[in-house]
Amino acid sequence: MAKLKIYFGGPAERAPLCSSDKAPEKWGVYPQPRVFLCGDTGVSVEFGDEIDPEINRLVRRLYKRLSTGAFSGIIDMGPAYCSLFIRYDPGVCSLERLLCIIEENLETAGGAGEGFERIVEVPVCYGGEFGPDIGEVANFHGIDEGEVAAFHAAPLYQVYMIGFILGFPYLGGLDSRLYTPRKKEPGNAPAGSIGIADRQSGIYPVASPAGWWIVGMTPLKVFDLLREKPFLFEAGDTVRFRQITREEFESYKNH
Amino acid sequence: MRAIKIIEPGPLATVQDRGRFGFRDKGVPVCGAVDQQAYRLGNLLAGNLFDAASIEITLGGFVAQFLGEAYFALTGAQTEARLNGRPLSTWKRHFGRIGEVIETGPPVSGLRTYLAVDGGIDVSPVMGSRSTFLRGGLGGLEGRALRKKDLLFFGDAPREDVTGKIFEIPAELVPAYGASAVLRVIPGPQIGRISPRGIDTFFSSEFVVSNRTDRMGSILCGPAIALACGADIISGSAFPGAVQIPGNGQPVVLGNDCQTTGGYVLAASVIDVDLSFAAQLFPGATVRFAEASLDEARLAFLKNEYRLKTLREKLKAGGRKCEWT
Repeated sequence: MAKLKIYFGGPAERAPLCSSDKAPEKWGVYPQPRVFLCGDTGVSVEFGDEIDPEINRLVRRLYKRLSTGAFSGIIDMGPAYCSLFIRYDPGVCSLERLLCIIEENLETAGGAGEGFERIVEVPVCYGGEFGPDIGEVANFHGIDEGEVAAFHAAPLYQVYMIGFILGFPYLGGLDSRLYTPRKKEPGNAPAGSIGIADRQSGIYPVASPAGWWIVGMTPLKVFDLLREKPFLFEAGDTVRFRQITREEFESYKNH
Repeated sequence: MRAIKIIEPGPLATVQDRGRFGFRDKGVPVCGAVDQQAYRLGNLLAGNLFDAASIEITLGGFVAQFLGEAYFALTGAQTEARLNGRPLSTWKRHFGRIGEVIETGPPVSGLRTYLAVDGGIDVSPVMGSRSTFLRGGLGGLEGRALRKKDLLFFGDAPREDVTGKIFEIPAELVPAYGASAVLRVIPGPQIGRISPRGIDTFFSSEFVVSNRTDRMGSILCGPAIALACGADIISGSAFPGAVQIPGNGQPVVLGNDCQTTGGYVLAASVIDVDLSFAAQLFPGATVRFAEASLDEARLAFLKNEYRLKTLREKLKAGGRKCEWT
């Protein structure tokens, strides 16, 4: 029998899920991962409750170990910030068996996790028609547009997860001077738009509705079905933005 | 040429299959037929051994002409269908001849009807699936909804020789999609974020399916479900069948095209065998949620798989029990 416990998230077993619990706001890495049921064909394995590189490493570590294809019954997996979603076929693999598989492939918190190793450089043209919201972001923080661009381009970002739509990278590492609440009214973002919201940044792979503030655009294709590798990013990548001019942007596009 | 020509697609018709698996880590939703049960039974009737691509017809209004011969079946939402003007029953194998026109009227109950043909619909698989992902513009026919004059070729998926055999799904296996449904759910993954009063509201109230119902999900209207704390959580995985509670407290039953990740509370998840009923909820229908145990769900799952298997064997054997003249 697996030692891992199924959590239902009831009050008795609930560690501080929110600040109103008068417990520390950040619980950090759980001593043992918690398994939550996602219906009768899925589970979510949670390693902690904050956006943290160490927690995310543990998620990706388990994901990598289970993606070898050796485990029949696992149909689909999705790593997120703090949790790994696993969809399984109960006709092939029972929940008990799945829990044993998960347990055998866990990495202890102190152990070697996955790093953020591959660096992807992303050229960005900030402001103007490429970043229609840059003025509002600047106003919100009482800085000028050039500073928004500079603050955004400076840090290295980690791809914590891919989600939303076709290869959208959720990037952690935003300069705290740019933390901005989401838009009240979502707008539309063309492909390549660089957005920021709360403590995150992201890149829209295809044109879509956007609740994030669009500050710039990259000429790179985040998603291209015709490319050998259709997706530019994967969870675990490091992203470095490089500010480019409108002329450079156009020449990229004409490549 | 084995093909079908679309004359009228109706409000929405797309090519769908079992779904696209293995790309969730890249933000690609599962897609596929929302009512998997009806889709699978349709394939069974058409004689397909595996799950070949079918046409998912939303709210009827679909008209198409056979440009080749094929066994076919209509499953899912009950609809007044015709083949060259003759009434056509659903959940039964039929044979379409060259030039014949198939029409489906607006559903009497339910939302989605499936047209399965022997050999399946032949479009190029994208990331291992022929299902259409509308928002991403990929899969199916050019990544889009079907239009007038579209030509869909039939494939060569492995199938039984069903020549001359008539077959229909036994009445006890035909799901009854009513104007009110009780969906069984397993609490979690984030039910701990709903207040005790909210949990009570969730399980004791009747909700009405709003007009905002599509392949991404169905927004329900009813008493607001009170959260224990904020609606925003650290973005986690979202999946079909999950019941999401946004800040306004109005539940959303997520569909097959739902985002792979989301930052909202997922209160409960519809059990696998009830997803078919969730798929057929039409605007104005009412829904209640009932708590199910994992054991109950698992038993229902295994029982259903066993029934499908038995049905397939019956079909293969082509015994007299399955034949009508």
